[in-house]
Amino acid sequence: MIPKKLDPAETPENCQPIITVRNLKNAFGDEGQQVIHDGLDLTVCRGEILGVVGGSGTGKSVLLRSIIGLQTPEHGEIEVLGENMVGRTEDEAKNIRRRWGILFQNGALFSTLTVAENVEVPIREYFPYIQPELLDEIASYKIAMGGLPPDAGPKYPSELSGGMVKRAGLARALALDPELLFLDEPTAGLDPIAAAAFDQLIKGLQKRLDLTVFLITHDLDTLHAICDRVAVLADKKVIAVGTIPELLALDHPWIQEYFNGPRGRTAAQSYEEGVTA
Amino acid sequence: MAEVTEQDTEHGGGSVYRVAGTLNIARAATTQREIDALHDPLTIDLSDINRMDTVGAWIIYRTVRDRGAKVIGASRDEVSLLQQVGEFDKPAQVVPDEPHNFMAGLRELGEWVAETGVTLVGLLGFFGATLIGFANVIRRPRRFRLNAVVQRFDVVGVRALGIIALMSFLIGIVIAQQGSVQLAQFGAEVYTVNLVGRITVRELGTLMTAIMVAGRSGSAFAAQLGTMKITEEIDAMRTIGVSPIEALVIPRMIAAIIMMPLLAFWSMLMSLLGGGIFVWLSLGMPPLTYIQQLHDVIPLTDMWVGIIKAPVFGFIIALAGCFQGMLVKGNSEEVGTRTTNAVVQSIFLVIVLDAVFAVFFSSIGWV
Repeated sequence: MIPKKLDPAETPENCQPIITVRNLKNAFGDEGQQVIHDGLDLTVCRGEILGVVGGSGTGKSVLLRSIIGLQTPEHGEIEVLGENMVGRTEDEAKNIRRRWGILFQNGALFSTLTVAENVEVPIREYFPYIQPELLDEIASYKIAMGGLPPDAGPKYPSELSGGMVKRAGLARALALDPELLFLDEPTAGLDPIAAAAFDQLIKGLQKRLDLTVFLITHDLDTLHAICDRVAVLADKKVIAVGTIPELLALDHPWIQEYFNGPRGRTAAQSYEEGVTA
Repeated sequence: MAEVTEQDTEHGGGSVYRVAGTLNIARAATTQREIDALHDPLTIDLSDINRMDTVGAWIIYRTVRDRGAKVIGASRDEVSLLQQVGEFDKPAQVVPDEPHNFMAGLRELGEWVAETGVTLVGLLGFFGATLIGFANVIRRPRRFRLNAVVQRFDVVGVRALGIIALMSFLIGIVIAQQGSVQLAQFGAEVYTVNLVGRITVRELGTLMTAIMVAGRSGSAFAAQLGTMKITEEIDAMRTIGVSPIEALVIPRMIAAIIMMPLLAFWSMLMSLLGGGIFVWLSLGMPPLTYIQQLHDVIPLTDMWVGIIKAPVFGFIIALAGCFQGMLVKGNSEEVGTRTTNAVVQSIFLVIVLDAVFAVFFSSIGWV
């Protein structure tokens, strides 16, 4: 039913896999009664922006947490940046953690530190010998890269607006010059203008820094504007991965409802108008 | 790996810094140190670099910016990366300015005094609001939330029985033990019973219970209400038309007021039990004699002194806890601060009031 090209278990042509998930199973509850994922496959290629969509409760965040090692799966294989993620020790995981950046849904900024100090945390952790003035300069340009004005540096997270928190979180995620960036609903809770600006910021950074981006989103505009491929989570697995036109050709009710529902059509329209204009 | 060469060249005695391999964040500290060690005029040769990240580019960029260094041998990618980091050169402060001088200290003191004043006025206001709440509930008994109160009884009272019993039992033993050692010097060990009996019934039973309830329940009140404040539950209640004072504060107050004397009485019994076991095992006084002795030396007024104070302490604890909880606004960090404040405030007020009670009961002749 799913064409081979859109099958999540297949690795696309010209693809250098950077995340590979095979046959993942996640379950909660004492005896694992509540199965979230069962037989989930996914491949993320180097240099792409992969959007992950799915209804509420389909386990998008759980998938993210499994990939980054915050959630131990029941079984399955997860490989990130060429390293096996399942069943590894803290020390082994450290080398991989250096190579990725994560923006959590609510920013997860350390509330007792200023924005600039937040950005410095990962650098201090891994490279304690960096000269203090160099460290402060690195934090400054990362803050600028995240699209924040310089006066945001000495502010505490409680003094920031929602959009600024996301930008500060992004600046912290970029602190170690990661190859791989995980974004959990980056535009949720932002106004449309801020969300569009954030999309462009991610797109721009992805190009400049040659990032691979794993992006969980509900935002149809984001999907149209910046995602190279979209993975659809439903029925406890990734049912298909592909570009939006490719997915639309499928006869799956949820996909049709999602992209061809009233909101989906509006987003597609505005995207096409933007492209032709 | 990178390799560094420094040589005097035809560039007018300047130095050349040549890096090979990777110039990234992992090499940042070393690279910066090496560049700092070289003297001007400096030339940076990037021809042997095969990978550079933004931190590497930044180090080159700032050397060019600050020392006017010349960059040679950069590939197209490297030039564009250097230009890109240059675009983000917007120095930001890391920590906010904090003036450390006499005036700042004075200002802080002033702010603290003003804040304390505002808090005290607020506490008075909150006290008034709860009285109005009580009056409303009495006027319309239907609005009394029996379920909520019973649930609080369980949390504040029943679940505290174990820990209060253990604490009081141990305190009884300690007082008896310490007292008997001192009294033995006068050959008056038998008065250990007087010591244990009067001090626990009159003072310590209630006071220690109040401290335990403040730590257990006062803090919980502040944290619960504070969290509800942050998640806007209290605002939601108000807009629906439910008074948060009636729904949240009054059940907690009633529970604390009713449970405190019961717990205090329980605590007295347990301290007497602890002391009794000590004098039995250590001084050889049989339990029946101990009980007879207690009966003789503890006036009934002592128990009244202890029990009358208890509901007042309970009220103070609930008042401070709920008041601090309702003061929370902003972020989750404040829940922690307010909870701490609630416990400190309530224990402090309890001890002050205890002193007032001590003077009062003495002056009316209950000695």
